[in-house]
Amino acid sequence: MGHEKLTEHFLELIRRASTVLPPDVEEAIRKGIENEGDGAGAASTLKLLLENSRQAKEGVTPICQDTGSLLFFVDIGQDVRQKDVEAAARAAAAEATKRYYLRPNAVDSVTGKNSGDNTGLGMPCFHFDQMDDDGLRVRLLLKGGGSENVGAQYKLPDGKLKAGRDLDGVRKCVLDAVFNAQGKGCAPGVIGVCVGGDRGSGFACSKEQFLRDLGDTSPDPALADLEKQLFTELNQLGIGPSGFGGKTTVLGVKIGKRHRVPACFFVSVSYVCWAYRKAAMTIKGGEVSYD
Amino acid sequence: MTEIKLPVSADEIRKLKAGDEVSITGVMITARDAAHKYLIETDGPEVKEILKDSMIYHCGPVVRKDGDRYSFVAAGPTTSIREEPYEADVIDRYGVRGVIGKGGMGAKTLEACDKHGSVYLSAVGGIATTLARSVVEVLDVHKLEEFGVPEAMWVIRVENFPAVVTMDSHGKSIHDDIAKLSRENYERLIGK
Repeated sequence: MGHEKLTEHFLELIRRASTVLPPDVEEAIRKGIENEGDGAGAASTLKLLLENSRQAKEGVTPICQDTGSLLFFVDIGQDVRQKDVEAAARAAAAEATKRYYLRPNAVDSVTGKNSGDNTGLGMPCFHFDQMDDDGLRVRLLLKGGGSENVGAQYKLPDGKLKAGRDLDGVRKCVLDAVFNAQGKGCAPGVIGVCVGGDRGSGFACSKEQFLRDLGDTSPDPALADLEKQLFTELNQLGIGPSGFGGKTTVLGVKIGKRHRVPACFFVSVSYVCWAYRKAAMTIKGGEVSYD
Repeated sequence: MTEIKLPVSADEIRKLKAGDEVSITGVMITARDAAHKYLIETDGPEVKEILKDSMIYHCGPVVRKDGDRYSFVAAGPTTSIREEPYEADVIDRYGVRGVIGKGGMGAKTLEACDKHGSVYLSAVGGIATTLARSVVEVLDVHKLEEFGVPEAMWVIRVENFPAVVTMDSHGKSIHDDIAKLSRENYERLIGK
């Protein structure tokens, strides 16, 4: 596939991610409205989220002005060069900025200068996995800064939380992180957790949870149970949509795990706002499909 | 729903109570991290006249440029608590009557609201396309080159901009109420 064609596909992927709320997220917000009960203030706030998303889709404008970091998760086939994928994605990010699908969001951390086109050192961000087949599978997350700021990493045991090195300790960490986030991460959020790993791989794994469908459960039965329990408990905190109070504090909890060295037991908690922007595309034999 | 026309007096602002829904019309300015630092380190010559009896919107918008004209494409609130170290001084120094953002602010800002006759208002986080429709005109922009699009100070005219007073000028903060309520739930759930 030529560079121009590949760039075009990446541009379309970014457009979809920024302007179209994924169906599983919309469904979760609708369930939230049902749970809050018609007439509740929290239900009205949730309805505004859906109305905004409808307008964004119709007008092809960003759901949220903080179009965040572009995180590309790429399964790369035997017939594709990694450098070509990166170049196409970077060109698409720059073009998407010109078309107002993205806000210029890449700032030099020393000079404070905004690059103006969403490219810079480590931006966009790529994770590559090699496939046995030919072709490409690309999943994109746009992760806003407000939600990124409320992420947290814990080291077990934690005396303050009375959290030991077990799943109940993990549970306490997640409750603590979401309690501390209050409405600042644009509640209701989706919570991605990694049990184990090191400080870097733990956060990476917590974000990979956002690639899952909101309706699925962890293949690990113990983690699946914890996901279910935390979903119930976090929604009992009473923080609610926008932090104005209510029964809908989170739309989902997804937990993964990594092996750890004996000395370390990290719990990494990532938060993604209700404007949970994700899109995927598959390219095979010159044909592209988006989902 | 209370209509607020900018500029607005401290007396008018003191009539507002936490929980009041308001609809704001008039000229205000976007300011976030770089702008707040700037407003404290200088006397903000470009914006001080407009800020007097007006409001600050914590927002880093997506802005379309057609020729010389700008318009807001997406413009929801950004997290306000980052400006907590600066906001009380900004309210005091510039006579700002309202600060709009998301997530609430802290004790220092709440005290400044009480002292100077100002309020903190919450817009719903993430509804950027909806809120951009309330921004009917971009009148001017300051520090665009230096700060970049999200951080620049955009002078905007809004019409019927929807927000809720969540910190009033009488010491009441809905954010503190929710934090207290959720703390009780949190402590029960983690078994403290």
